[in-house]
Amino acid sequence: MSAVVVFIDQTEVSTSPGHPVLSKSSQELLTLARLAGEPVAAVAGEASDELAAALGGAGVSRVFASSQDELTGYLVAPKADFVAQVATAAGAAAVLVGNNFEGKEIAARVGIALNAGVISDAVGLTVADGAITVQKSVLAGSYTVEASATSAVSVISVKSNSVDAEPAAVPATAAVEQFTAEFAPASLGAKIIERTPKPASGRPDLSDARIVVAGGRGVDGNFGPVEELADVLGAAIGASRAATDAGWIEHSAQVGQTGKTVAPQLYISVGISGAIQQKAGMQTSKVIVAVNKDAESPVFEIADFGIVGDLFDVLPQATAEIKRRRG
Amino acid sequence: MENTALNIAVLVKYVPDAQFDRHLTGAGNTLERAESILSELDEYAIEAALALSEARGGEAAGNKVTAITMGPASAVAAVKKALQIGATEGVHLSDEALAGSDAAATSLALAAVVRHLGGVDLVLTGMASTDGETSLVPAQLAARLGLPQITFASSLEVDSSGEAHVATARRDGDIYAETIQATLPAVVSVTDQANSPRYPNFKGIMAAKKKTVTALTLAEIGVEPASVGHEGSLTVVKAAEAREHRPAGTIITDSGDAGIQLVDFLAAQKLL
Repeated sequence: MSAVVVFIDQTEVSTSPGHPVLSKSSQELLTLARLAGEPVAAVAGEASDELAAALGGAGVSRVFASSQDELTGYLVAPKADFVAQVATAAGAAAVLVGNNFEGKEIAARVGIALNAGVISDAVGLTVADGAITVQKSVLAGSYTVEASATSAVSVISVKSNSVDAEPAAVPATAAVEQFTAEFAPASLGAKIIERTPKPASGRPDLSDARIVVAGGRGVDGNFGPVEELADVLGAAIGASRAATDAGWIEHSAQVGQTGKTVAPQLYISVGISGAIQQKAGMQTSKVIVAVNKDAESPVFEIADFGIVGDLFDVLPQATAEIKRRRG
Repeated sequence: MENTALNIAVLVKYVPDAQFDRHLTGAGNTLERAESILSELDEYAIEAALALSEARGGEAAGNKVTAITMGPASAVAAVKKALQIGATEGVHLSDEALAGSDAAATSLALAAVVRHLGGVDLVLTGMASTDGETSLVPAQLAARLGLPQITFASSLEVDSSGEAHVATARRDGDIYAETIQATLPAVVSVTDQANSPRYPNFKGIMAAKKKTVTALTLAEIGVEPASVGHEGSLTVVKAAEAREHRPAGTIITDSGDAGIQLVDFLAAQKLL
């Protein structure tokens, strides 16, 4: 079986409570990697015993790890050099990375380094006769296409929630090998001179949350009811661009074309009209609920359950009802 | 530096307007190029370029903002829009062999244009095109040109007081906000948080008529036709299927118990 290198970034570990040593999206990538071949981990940062055990549980027997300072001292390029060189060392047929901004850029640069085709925004992959076919949604979710790389190596960035993360049927023992990457001078050109941690919200990460409650212009500066509903549901909080531009919530909460694309089990859209730019970020969610005062809002066209009403009445009532039913 | 002027290249793309239905067609499942506009996210790159130019005396002081696009004849409209907004001059790479280029082929062609122009201090792009939405090209362009890459910048400044131009940018991640510094030349992509793009005014629209748009072919920039387009691409789209419209859902108007009905719905869907 050919090697499939999965990039695991331990240099940016989420501070969310209860966050597993191997992030949910990394577990998803490893689940897909097992479909496509023999999973090999490229770990940036420390490969602790705990991580090695988790990787073994995911069926990984080979781990290449590097804690070189360049990986955290410069933007993106050194991580891409590391991943490309691990892929070469492992004789990889495919490289899988996450689909956040950095993941896509690592994929982009690994593609150049290995003269390999890059497919971003993957939502699934299938393997036939050793060839990988990637499913991705394009044009703001209005089409699903099947794409593949014509090069020896396929580089794929995979969206969160594309597959249910599962442990390997047969666990492996992960042997960790320290890897020393060589960095091109231009890879050390964009230096990170300051890094400020963002305050932890205590809520799940928006990108891979099972439930998202998102607020827009209609919340009119008050995210309180949105937060209270999110907290009883154990949900992440999202926002439309109107809400982040107004400064009501920070920009990293933005869902949409220029923010995050999410595909949770449940997306509750609150006070958001649902213009194309917003829909682009959420319309592949499994179940969509919309609450909006304006019955003409485009969001109702894609809602499984829509409520024309005042969010300041509907949300507190729903929150109280959920608490009541749970006793 | 005695001369603080910047030679800036801004990459712009002509894309189908997302306000209308967009379709994939033909054997290569390529996007039908109807009702097109300048990719909205490129406006932030143009604005960032103009702001840098103006801050150091504009055209009169030797600053130059060149808008570059690649694509069929119609794509020149994206360059013309950039000229109306305020770019100094335009470049349009057009060649039948470019049709069907993926990110690898696109970045190869655009890197060749930047090399052909020569002396570019800063290559600016938007954070993504609004059609392909992959964000792959800026990173691939930086890799191909061997230049530092600062991408998804939510702010950008260039300091020319020292020996060289030094760019400082902010990038907002989920866990960290980072400040990044690079000595120019570099490739920088800016987000929609970076600035508020201006609109072309009447004066700009009139002035644009006198500005030069240089047409280039692959032969002129030394790119083999087989290395771009469908032939030079490293990915292929084998099938495309329009996503089925979501079946119409239940829409109710709140008459006092919509919150309860919402919880009933979630319970029925086993989402509680």
